[in-house]
Amino acid sequence: MANHQHAAPAPVGGKLLNAATFVCGVFAAILLAILAVRFFLGLGAVTNLNDGYPWGIWIVVDVVIGSAFACGGFSVAMLVYIFNRGEYHPLVRPALLASLFGYTLAGAGVIFDLGRWWNVWNMFWPGSANPHSVMFEVAVCITAYIFVMWLEFAPVVLEKFGMTARKQKLNKVMFAIIALGTVLPMMHQSSLGTLLVVLGTQIHPLWRTPIEPLLYLLTAITMGYAVVLFESCVASTAYRRKIEMNMLTPLSKVMLGFLVAYLAVRIGDVVVRGALPRAFALSLEAVVFWFEMACFVAPLFLIGKENDRRNPARLFVAGILLMLGGAMLRINGFLIGYETGDGFHYFPSLSEILVTLGMFSLEVLAYIVITRRFPVLPREAATH
Amino acid sequence: MNTRRDFLKGVLAGGAVVTAAAVAEPAIARETKKRPAEGLGLLYDATLCVGCKACVAACKVANNNPPEFSTEDHLWDTPLDTSGYTFNIIKMYRNGTMDAKDQETNGYSFMKISCMHCADPSCVSACPVSAMTKDPVTGVVGYNPDKCIGCRYCVAACPFGIPKYQYDSPTGRIGKCELCRHRYKDGHYSACAEVCPTGATLYGKTSDLLIEAKRRLAMKPGELNRFPRGKIGGPDQSWETPAGKYLQHVYGEKEYGGTQVLKLSGVSFEKVGLPDLPEDSAAALSETIQHTLYGNLIMPFAVLGAMTYVAKRNVKLDDAPTDKEEG
Repeated sequence: MANHQHAAPAPVGGKLLNAATFVCGVFAAILLAILAVRFFLGLGAVTNLNDGYPWGIWIVVDVVIGSAFACGGFSVAMLVYIFNRGEYHPLVRPALLASLFGYTLAGAGVIFDLGRWWNVWNMFWPGSANPHSVMFEVAVCITAYIFVMWLEFAPVVLEKFGMTARKQKLNKVMFAIIALGTVLPMMHQSSLGTLLVVLGTQIHPLWRTPIEPLLYLLTAITMGYAVVLFESCVASTAYRRKIEMNMLTPLSKVMLGFLVAYLAVRIGDVVVRGALPRAFALSLEAVVFWFEMACFVAPLFLIGKENDRRNPARLFVAGILLMLGGAMLRINGFLIGYETGDGFHYFPSLSEILVTLGMFSLEVLAYIVITRRFPVLPREAATH
Repeated sequence: MNTRRDFLKGVLAGGAVVTAAAVAEPAIARETKKRPAEGLGLLYDATLCVGCKACVAACKVANNNPPEFSTEDHLWDTPLDTSGYTFNIIKMYRNGTMDAKDQETNGYSFMKISCMHCADPSCVSACPVSAMTKDPVTGVVGYNPDKCIGCRYCVAACPFGIPKYQYDSPTGRIGKCELCRHRYKDGHYSACAEVCPTGATLYGKTSDLLIEAKRRLAMKPGELNRFPRGKIGGPDQSWETPAGKYLQHVYGEKEYGGTQVLKLSGVSFEKVGLPDLPEDSAAALSETIQHTLYGNLIMPFAVLGAMTYVAKRNVKLDDAPTDKEEG
């Protein structure tokens, strides 16, 4: 393969306590307080969940969307190791780190939402596990992927503590771990879409399709690249480092490829199933459908030309739009386009929103601490 | 240009996977399940129901559920819908002047809302830990709180909105009708049918109940007919009353592959709160997709094999210079 020489990853350094980590810490503390109430008094004490909307933002945002946002590691690893594009190698570690925390917290977040969490071992108990259940596939696969990602990230920790011999041993089997790390997210990211299929006619026709798994997989990969664009821009600004445009510009082209494939499948599916007229009805569902589509289509105009892909501001906005589009696809399918009957309404409570904010704060906090102390980002003189 | 060649290999591996999926599909399509031959159920006849709600009260007692209040004085059990503590309820349909029963315009009607005990239940397919099960003989959809993890996928999946969760408790359970299966050993059957004074709710084998339902649809409206009460095949408690004006539709005969609880009504089923469902179940479609993608784990291993092959070529070379740099 082409041998790309990159600066080796190194800790950014600098103080751990600053305005950003303090704010994140405060949100994390609020999260713990609300969870204490939830575990002592029940889900009803802190959430607006009801039997018409048994799943709220803890599932749809923290897990379904949160894990898709955490597909950066998978998307980039696939590009580098499967499609052998070594030039993107410096992006692997930071993307993997964000994914690691995204998934670990999504996994932890599920526990907050489980009404009978002490029975969760049944998921892995042969006498109880139901392999026909989409939820079973999602749960087992996400759990496995969290372990796999920690193994993928382990060299960073081993490097930090100078355990070179162990690192080399692990690196010998790393190809197998990486292969597993691309297959597992393909499985559960698609299954997160399949979750909707058994809900049947309760899902609005614009989001009710048997190709749900393909739509969720394609958008998860697209969102993975979008998150990398977003993170790279934010990390460069926050750490006052050079933006890695030499990698982000071609990466965004790969992202557009997946986006075009998604749009073709998505629009084709809506038309073939005859659901298109529903997009022109006077309804909330139609409005959010067009908003979702606009988020996916706008990047084509924003960074469609090679020259525009060299503009970091445009890449940043396109990244945000695609993250938003993917988030809308999931919110629309799971919440807005989900109708169980008259009389049920759901809007997240303040506590639910604070817990979700707390989860994202924990991710940011962990990202800052690890990048400052562990060799994740490519070596470069940090200004503070 | 090795890079380009390997890139193409990656694309080919991906293509092979998609092809495998397309070819695998017909072999593992999962048909909509049928009712078990001896399946038990209820027949609810809205034209016979007088709205006394004796069944609602009996259900509370039989399942040891607390009362739920919707009035200021908190005197009587007055739930407005099924819940984690109310497994059966009689709802009322009202229109205009409410002149006549079982009439869509300017009329009113009742509808019993409780578990339909589907032939191919979405909740059973959805449940990741087999806490929701369908008895292979009786067909009763039962719930086991000792396995349940409280994910509420069953609540989301059910098209009838039946499994409900107890949000007010830190140890909340799912609540739903289990056709009083815990009372069979004492010689009892579904409490709602036991207490029904008019036979509007009738208990029995679904195959018998379907014959009874079709007998009623063939009656001339207003003509005196005999109607069994309690349980089909039990002691004769039948009585005589004029036949109602039925819609020619046994709800539950074919919906989602059939349900073990059947319904008759004079007012359209959608208006009394029962969804218009196709004959193929959502569970069948969901499991067909799952089995296509994961049947015997063939696809995952095929993809994993392809990925491992490609990764083995690329990863080894890639990490070598990094190690040297650190050395």
